[in-house]
Amino acid sequence: MSRDLVTTTEDGLWCEAGGFHIDPWRPVERAVVTHAHADHTRPGSGRYLTAAPGVELVRLRTHADAVVDGLEYGERLTIGGVQVSFHPAGHILGSAQVRIERAGEVWVVGGDYKTGADPTCAAFEAVPCDVFISESTFGLPVFQWPDPEEVAAEVRAWWEGNAANGRTSLLCAYALGKSQRLLAGLLDPPGPIAVHGALDRLLGPYRDQGIELPSTEYASVEVAKEVRGRGLVIAPPSANGTPWMRKFGDVSTAFASGWMTLRGPRRRRGFDQGFTVSDHADWRGLLGAIEATGASRVLVTHGYVDPLVRYLSEERGLQAERLDSRFEGEGDGAEESAGSGEAEGPVVEPVSGPGHGAPEGRS
Amino acid sequence: MRRFHGLYRALDATSRTSRKEAALVDYFEATPPADAAWAAHLLLGRRGRRAVNTRLLREWAAEKSGLPLWLVEESYDAVGDLAETIALLVPDQGTHGEPEGLAEFIDRRVLGLAGLEPAAQRELVLETWADLDAGERFLFHKLISGGFRVGVAGGLVARALAKVAGVDRATMMHRLAGRWDPTAAAWEDLMSEDEGGDPLRPYPFFLAHAVPAEPAELGDAADFQAEWKWDGIRAQAVRRGSEAVLWSRGGDLVNGGFPEIVEELGGLAPGTVIDGELLAWDGDRPRGFHELQRRINRKSVGKKLREEVPVRLMAYDLLEEGGADLRALPTTERRRRLEALVRAAGLSRLGIAEVVEGESWEELARARSTSRQRGVEGLMLKRRDAPYGAGRPRGDWWKWKVDPFTLDVVLVYAQRGHGRRASLYTDYTLAVWDDGELVPVAKAYSGLTDREIRRVDAFVRRHITDRFGPVRVVEPELVFEIAFEGIQPSARHKAGLSLRFPRIARWREDKSPADADSLDAVRALMGDPS
Repeated sequence: MSRDLVTTTEDGLWCEAGGFHIDPWRPVERAVVTHAHADHTRPGSGRYLTAAPGVELVRLRTHADAVVDGLEYGERLTIGGVQVSFHPAGHILGSAQVRIERAGEVWVVGGDYKTGADPTCAAFEAVPCDVFISESTFGLPVFQWPDPEEVAAEVRAWWEGNAANGRTSLLCAYALGKSQRLLAGLLDPPGPIAVHGALDRLLGPYRDQGIELPSTEYASVEVAKEVRGRGLVIAPPSANGTPWMRKFGDVSTAFASGWMTLRGPRRRRGFDQGFTVSDHADWRGLLGAIEATGASRVLVTHGYVDPLVRYLSEERGLQAERLDSRFEGEGDGAEESAGSGEAEGPVVEPVSGPGHGAPEGRS
Repeated sequence: MRRFHGLYRALDATSRTSRKEAALVDYFEATPPADAAWAAHLLLGRRGRRAVNTRLLREWAAEKSGLPLWLVEESYDAVGDLAETIALLVPDQGTHGEPEGLAEFIDRRVLGLAGLEPAAQRELVLETWADLDAGERFLFHKLISGGFRVGVAGGLVARALAKVAGVDRATMMHRLAGRWDPTAAAWEDLMSEDEGGDPLRPYPFFLAHAVPAEPAELGDAADFQAEWKWDGIRAQAVRRGSEAVLWSRGGDLVNGGFPEIVEELGGLAPGTVIDGELLAWDGDRPRGFHELQRRINRKSVGKKLREEVPVRLMAYDLLEEGGADLRALPTTERRRRLEALVRAAGLSRLGIAEVVEGESWEELARARSTSRQRGVEGLMLKRRDAPYGAGRPRGDWWKWKVDPFTLDVVLVYAQRGHGRRASLYTDYTLAVWDDGELVPVAKAYSGLTDREIRRVDAFVRRHITDRFGPVRVVEPELVFEIAFEGIQPSARHKAGLSLRFPRIARWREDKSPADADSLDAVRALMGDPS
């Protein structure tokens, strides 16, 4: 067999034949990025290439003068010795799978993806390939997402119930993707909606592309008075329990995440309510997507890697392997800092220890 | 069943005591007696029994969900709770009928299940799965595995029941103590004015709070009666009618492990209740708790064990004498009567807890500093003019424990947690140096903040070097300071010793693994009781 088109290096996924990295975790010369979440788009690289609908978000994530090129979904570009194209991953606005072809051999890097309906981004598209690189954030059969419309109805009922009791509803969700998806489920809202600053600035790119969202206001002190006791406030999970919440008076808190399907994380996070909403595929979504690609070889990364590899090998007869990466998938929400506007996936703080950025001056 | 599940969800969803109490009151006020009795029984954490082998349950779940058994196990490993895992894996059949009331449900599908042959068990379990939704299935699994627990304190349940019955909380706690079966009749007894229930029931235990950092905040030291804080099993000896029994603080009868004490208690006058501590005893001092452990949860004790681990009840309070409830009397008066009673009884296995003299906080602190040599955990402080309370009211009883031992140790293995911490790496195996090698000395589950737990979890995920089942071997880089109460020799542990109540005191980010303690240092602590 010829050499693998995509391998992992210290810097991230690497396509040697094309001379680029995919979602590198260190600054590189040329980064092809699947989407604008912090664990996939890291600042500092020379040039970025991403799907056209995600260009603006990737730019927000890197820095103002970063060179970010866009490529329409399906459009092919030759880079080095390979052909590259982006295909919708259904994860968040602008999210893409990266298709790489060399001499008839096709690899697809799935990035983060989901197969369920989401009005805020193009739907996942299965791309036929020989080798598929799949995430496995929720790669266990205990994860089965409820119907998103039912969840949207639950959110609305929770909000209305709170308003009836004179409580403000504080809904925590990742600032990029999840929040917009929740908002899109609340067209015709039963009251005013205020948003935390971290996501306020991330709404523009959505509205600019014609994605319909209910009207929202930045949660200033004046707006807080307006929503107090009856409105909905959307904020990153890290805002829960901070002094920032005080301006909303008596609140009921909720967290929207795939992890809310499990009792442990639901209780641990200390929210009054959990809604099961994820921008990642559930177990069936993963299996369905993998099958639809027709790939005979599957490389499994971030999440429940081992069980999914074993299942694909033993039960589906595929050549499945572990691929180590530093992506985070969907964390259960605590590591975000309120002001950073970080999206899906916790920001991992440096853990000091020998060889891991140990502080100077220690013997 | 459906209503009880609603209550369970309400209790599970909130950490606010007022909302929990309101949910309990609402439930009990509108529930038929037989169901209410079972609900109270379950909420108070009274012992359930395993009705079905959980291995079979996993096999049926695999069969019903069309998954290989190993994937059921992997899922369990990730979720950390078998009842929840199976509830999620079994496909929802959407045909939920109206299940029976709680009492009938338990009678037929929980207690009834235990007596069936495996094939009939399978049939009943599959039928029940089809009748319930995922949340109810979770509860069903908890009930048939004997592991039902809910995040509500016994005191809170007692308070809600007191409200429903229209009595005060201490009265309800007393009614709840002792043996009662979850029946409609028992419920009527709980709710009624008449004295019914178990004639041998104990009084609610009076529990102490930890002293503030500065004991002088409690006021004048002379206002307190100080005693040694024994490191045994808190127990109430109830001698009434023709019987004598020993109750543990958890509400269990522990007669079986202490037959010689029970026998001697028969020599007391009927209508006597003593509060004290069960101890392994050697002449004039207690032996370690690990010896006492050999007596716990036994139905009977043979001659050999009787001789190897002699025991005694160290009395420290008198709650009933001549059939009269003495709890309203001040500490000094109860103490006076206790001394007279114990002296008159002259029983070899009934000791009396010594009063530690000390007029000032300085003197008491000096006495406390001798605790380890004496094999005790520190001091108890009991306000001299206080009655014997019910539960843990603040102000009159205080525990002033000795400072724990500490060690710096290295994280070597991690495992995902259970319950509230399921899915995070929160269970740590910690090691010290021995001849250039790291040897595990403790497992610890608590002590870090949620934020620190997440950081350690992130570290673990990135530094796994090997996997053994659910255990992850990590690069030895993180150093923690652990605190613990004692060291016992142990043949079962590689280090040859085990630590008592180890927990993480803090994360020593300022230390590198090379700075961690050695096994020799641990052995030195064991030899040096100060």
